[in-house]
Amino acid sequence: MCGIAGLIWKGGVTSDIGSEMTQMLQALKHRGPDSTGFALYGKADDDVHILRFKVAEQDEMKTGFSIHRQVIERKAAVDTRLEELGAEIIKKQDATEYAFRYLFKFDGDLKRLIDFIEDIDGVEILSVGKGLELIKDLGDATVVSDQYGLKGFKGTHAIGHTRMATESDVDIRSAHPYWAYPFNDVSVVHNGQLTNYWTMRRDLEHRGHRFMSNCDSELIAVYIADQIDHGDSLEDAMRRSIDVIDGVFTYLVATADQLGMAKDVMGAKPMVLYESDEFVGLASEEVAIRSIFPREIDTWDPYQGEVKVWAA
Amino acid sequence: MGSVTTTSHDMGLHEEQLAGRTQQRFFSATEEENFTYPWSYEVDFDKTAEFDAADMSITDINLRIRELMKSGHGTITVHNPRAKHSLGVGILNRLNLNFEGSLGYFGCGVIDGPNVHISGRVGWSCAENMMAGKVVIEKNAGSLFGAAIRGGDLVCKGQAGARVGIDQKGGTIIVGDSVGAFTGFMMQRGRMIILGDAGANLGDSMYDGTIYVGGKIASLGVDCVETEMTDLDKRYLEGKLAQYGMAAPNGVENMIKLTSGKQLWNYDNLEPSEKKLVL
Repeated sequence: MCGIAGLIWKGGVTSDIGSEMTQMLQALKHRGPDSTGFALYGKADDDVHILRFKVAEQDEMKTGFSIHRQVIERKAAVDTRLEELGAEIIKKQDATEYAFRYLFKFDGDLKRLIDFIEDIDGVEILSVGKGLELIKDLGDATVVSDQYGLKGFKGTHAIGHTRMATESDVDIRSAHPYWAYPFNDVSVVHNGQLTNYWTMRRDLEHRGHRFMSNCDSELIAVYIADQIDHGDSLEDAMRRSIDVIDGVFTYLVATADQLGMAKDVMGAKPMVLYESDEFVGLASEEVAIRSIFPREIDTWDPYQGEVKVWAA
Repeated sequence: MGSVTTTSHDMGLHEEQLAGRTQQRFFSATEEENFTYPWSYEVDFDKTAEFDAADMSITDINLRIRELMKSGHGTITVHNPRAKHSLGVGILNRLNLNFEGSLGYFGCGVIDGPNVHISGRVGWSCAENMMAGKVVIEKNAGSLFGAAIRGGDLVCKGQAGARVGIDQKGGTIIVGDSVGAFTGFMMQRGRMIILGDAGANLGDSMYDGTIYVGGKIASLGVDCVETEMTDLDKRYLEGKLAQYGMAAPNGVENMIKLTSGKQLWNYDNLEPSEKKLVL
């Protein structure tokens, strides 16, 4: 019974989406207290890539004896490999002891670079993009937001997730949102259970896609990425997903400048939608939207099988 | 209920003095108190009260409503409910309850008697298991609107989500606009009036009851069949809709009436033989 939320300011308007998404997800805390994740989209700089990665799980940091040394070694290995392939690192920031944010310039084959970095034992890339920054960790929205300093993050749109782990473990690897590896700026959050997960996963793996977790929601990200790779628009890929993916789901996808939602044909999982001329807000419960708009607003539930896409 | 003495007490067989009420309760069908619930209150509609729920928790709001009913307030207005869940639930007496705003999930569930007016919208499972009373919603409703209601009138003037009136066992559900898929799923009794369009699998596996639709129907579910609209139906619809200031967009004579085909009613035939096996 996870909680998902999304927001987008239309017409390229930027706002403090970090605080807004934190408030929305905090209001949904009762739908899942295990972990919280944010995919925030800032103003893109055409030359600079933003890399978010982690080199350990939160639990490991508390229990492992040699983990603190390993963290330093793994980070150094990332630095070496980035330089080896000719990426120019502009800025390195420590979000936590085990999660980092790098800005870099790179003209070559991005997938090769990403594969090369993820090849390092213990390193997982959370996101790569020009606008996207993906942050996820254990704890509720306020805890994660404070830990990573998300309040005051200026951007156009965001999606977020509070997780009640039903299908896989409680760790960062299984937390949402999922970045659609290896595509710049595509991320997914999902509420539901997929029933043809293994069949579809095997099929996608045969076609060369990588899965980091055993979480069924990751499949949606990989599937959408695969469809976009084959030339589909985001909306077409989402429409196709409704027929292809089996199970109950309501999911949100964000790209560099778009936000989309899709609901399964049974309408089994909730989604409340608020749309005005300048803003669109979506959440599993209306309380989340009300946390940023306390005044009376008109909302409705999109119907089963519905797909909607908005542009920033 | 007074204290109960037994003959052994009368005969002086007991020396101890028992004080207080007995734990035993004796039921008498004629006693007036058996016609009301133990936790229902006698209220006066002219005694009004209102409060702002913006900074109150769900439990506090429901307790405040109960406190006000206890002190005889019959007309209660709640401001700023802000889409919180489970508000106005379990009210078992007559009451005029107004929500100035929207409710979250499970609003006004398991109620028996009150007239509720909601100026905003409601989330999933509004008025679930309602026994009697009226709930009128000015805007939209979520999925599972009026699930398993047994009586009363449930009115949504906007659109409602999927599975409206699932397992409906009585009463009337009126929706002013469209409804989602699986509306009237396993409906058993009662009436549903939908003025807009209906989603896929309308009235799937319905046992009984009647569904009237004013707009287009995406598809009918298993064993849901169209039947002839009678003059009585038209008069009923006109009267019922007028009661809430609503009207069918193309007139009640152009509405479609749906009931159960009763082709799935095979348990009557199966049961005797199965009973024989068991016995």
